Amino acid sequence: MNVSGEDLQLDSFEELALPLFDQLYNFAHWLTQNREEAEDLVQETYAKALKGFASFRLGTNFRAWMYRILRNTFLTSRTGLKTTMTVSLDAEEDTPELPVERDTPETLLLERSNRELLQSAMDDLPVHFREILLLCEVEEMSYQEISETLSVPIGTVMSRLSRARQTLRTRLRPQLQEGPRTAAAAKGTIAKVTNYGL
Amino acid sequence: MVCESWKAKLDTYLDGEASQEEMRTFDAHLRSCASCSADALARVQMKRAIQIAGKRFAPSAEFRKKMQQSMASKPQRRFRLTWMLAATAAIIVVAGTLTSAYLGTRSSRDQVARDHVYSEIADLHVGTLASSSPVDVISTDRHTVKPWFQGKIPFAFNLPELQNSVFSLLGGRMTYLDQTPGAHLIYDVRKHHISVFVFQERALPARLEDGSLPPQKLSFNMETWTQGGLRYFVIGDASTADIDSLAKLFKAAS
Repeated sequence: MNVSGEDLQLDSFEELALPLFDQLYNFAHWLTQNREEAEDLVQETYAKALKGFASFRLGTNFRAWMYRILRNTFLTSRTGLKTTMTVSLDAEEDTPELPVERDTPETLLLERSNRELLQSAMDDLPVHFREILLLCEVEEMSYQEISETLSVPIGTVMSRLSRARQTLRTRLRPQLQEGPRTAAAAKGTIAKVTNYGL
Repeated sequence: MVCESWKAKLDTYLDGEASQEEMRTFDAHLRSCASCSADALARVQMKRAIQIAGKRFAPSAEFRKKMQQSMASKPQRRFRLTWMLAATAAIIVVAGTLTSAYLGTRSSRDQVARDHVYSEIADLHVGTLASSSPVDVISTDRHTVKPWFQGKIPFAFNLPELQNSVFSLLGGRMTYLDQTPGAHLIYDVRKHHISVFVFQERALPARLEDGSLPPQKLSFNMETWTQGGLRYFVIGDASTADIDSLAKLFKAAS
């Protein structure tokens, strides 16, 4: 039986790329904040990835490669360009960290907040903070994977992640102090974290 | 001052990026320092909250289908699949050998997480049937029940056609499993009630395996499988054959 290299390549690509579909869509929707644009972005990402699959080196990180294509496609899209024109990607890298606070938003979040409140705060983050938080917390990527995806050094990953978390905490605090939107939902959302093995 | 140096590295530690030696030192420090352990707990809470909140968007059924069709435009070749399965099996064996100690701990954690999900599903089934209003949308018509879920859960799914089958649809309701929204459908067969739960696979707190669960584990018959990114559970006190038949109808409809 003759099998062309192209067929083999397509099958390998499918095996690797299809399981990432839901995650990539979620990430795309967070970046674009629009369903139609997210669909276009995912579609374009898969088309570009398939086209460039020959250049992908087997054994290297396929997930980071796919996310990098998606992110680069987003950054060169109309929405992406608009976003990066208003926010400098690395302006914050060398800013010293703020000291850790004792009155933590997390505690308030645990008690009163809800998922929508946090999602809204994440929506309002600059895109470079939003994406790094998603890659770290939702996709559970290692610093090395994030570094490959964003094409930045690991030191930048660490400092940007730290700034993203700090910014989110700072923005959540006034909202949390205003009071709960749906306290019952919040209680349910966060209740399980207390079982984390520390 | 000592704690400040710990706190500067706290995120690295909680992200699992510190070296093994650092992790051990951190663990020891956290046990003896209330301030750092409170800080660590707060950060873990935030990480967990972001993780839950971040799983927010799901592709529509139409978009998923469109992408699957465009990806599957060329026929699969059986021998390549066999080769890939063999390669995957070999990789699993090698990886399993290298990481057996780690996986041993992890697999027992995974088992606990899986048992938790199964137990929650059984509780949802029993709790709902005990309720005076077990369903929010009362209809035997799948064309009424399916649209009712639109806008209430972040995904779409298909209900099977029940003509010429022994099953009848009683209705449906929204449900939650560990803060994950899902659909709960109730069917009737020979005076037994069967629950069908549908959730987004990736939103569930455990990696589950497809198959049937023996009744001695849950006091119910249950079958679970994943299809199109969704996790299905069929559970009830009906016979294994009935549970299996309803599961097959769902699999064919999806």
